[in-house]
Amino acid sequence: MAGFAFSRTPLDVVAQRRALADPSCGGYAAFEGWVRNHNEGREVTKLEYQAFEALAVKEGARIVADAITRFGVVSAACAHRIGALEIGELAVWVGVSARHRDEAFRACRYIIDEVKHRVPIWKKEFYVNGDSGWVNCERCALPSRADALPAGHRHDADAGPT
Amino acid sequence: MSAALHGLVLAGGHSTRMKRDKATLTYLGTPQLPKAYSMLSGYVARCFVSVRPDQADDGVRNAFPQILDSVAVAGPLAGIMSAQSVEPAAAWMVLACDLPFLDDATLAHLVEHRDPARLATAYRSTHNGLPEPLCAIYEPASREVLQAYAGSGRTCPRKFLQTHDVALLEQPTPRALENVNSNEDYWAARAGLLPENENKSVQVTIQYFAILRDQAARSDEALRTDARTPRELYEQLQQRYGFTLPADMLRVAVNTEFGDWAQPLADGDAVVFIPPVAGG
Repeated sequence: MAGFAFSRTPLDVVAQRRALADPSCGGYAAFEGWVRNHNEGREVTKLEYQAFEALAVKEGARIVADAITRFGVVSAACAHRIGALEIGELAVWVGVSARHRDEAFRACRYIIDEVKHRVPIWKKEFYVNGDSGWVNCERCALPSRADALPAGHRHDADAGPT
Repeated sequence: MSAALHGLVLAGGHSTRMKRDKATLTYLGTPQLPKAYSMLSGYVARCFVSVRPDQADDGVRNAFPQILDSVAVAGPLAGIMSAQSVEPAAAWMVLACDLPFLDDATLAHLVEHRDPARLATAYRSTHNGLPEPLCAIYEPASREVLQAYAGSGRTCPRKFLQTHDVALLEQPTPRALENVNSNEDYWAARAGLLPENENKSVQVTIQYFAILRDQAARSDEALRTDARTPRELYEQLQQRYGFTLPADMLRVAVNTEFGDWAQPLADGDAVVFIPPVAGG
């Protein structure tokens, strides 16, 4: 199986993992991204994820299919939460099953990196003092900073729980 | 049982007559390559884009799973044979990316009437009666025959289909496989698909996400605009809502596929401006 899906309820990692099982596989690698209680020096109390789902599921599925082809793994999948999440909750899960561990690790890393960079998902952080902000959107929006940003910054999702 | 069907969009051409990349040409707001890829994806287990090695990283093609040309054969045969060497057990449904009139009926009919016992299933051109090699299904058994064909110095896939045991179907939609090889063809095709005058206003829908949703204080709207491109539309909306993100920090999607800031907007387009993403 191969796919990318959103969920509005907690992810069932056991079921996700089971769907990747295959007798030809000698290894399974997974990545879990959790909601962290701090980011860039600020205390975070909770998160909200929003997604442009119609395009995000297509782009996510392309990434997963691409990883399967590129690394020759047997199965891969990615699931992402949407909506409000508390500290410690599982926000994103990537799983890969493969004949050998090396390609499983590499495909897993590739999928989470590409998802963070390419898939239209946004994260709003809520801070202890009551403020909130969209990660990667607020500071880049300031004109004084925008000019100073490196060219590659545009869609780099560098902050957040993962 | 017939072999699993995989898809291959041919986007490795040199577009020598057009002097511009055919994969990026836009009709009704959708560039050709994403459109061909998304149409074909609906009929196959896995879908790939065929590219020359030097095109692999370009911004149009790097968004898709790719199969790089790995055989030294001229023309589209290289793409087909490279795909067959990657997945010899699959049947390959091959589709050129320069078919602006292609419709779902044509793809569905081809899949429905596929004859896995022959080397390939293809359409007979409504134009000249010859086989159309670039909207066709190549069965696994065609692999060795194609290798021998190319090995003897022949590279024309149309002639291959003419001289081998293939199923030829009549087209359900007569003009669906006409292709575009010159700028003149391109504008004629666009005119054929877009009856209204391009300069008049268009009715579009817009969905807002993340910081744009907060600043516009709405999640979507429908409006009539004289903006000719997504860039002009964003500038208008930025004035209205005071969006703080400059356009060059955003990407744009039109009709649920990544689009181009300069592509012409068409009536009915669904536009989404994509702020810097932060998944994970």
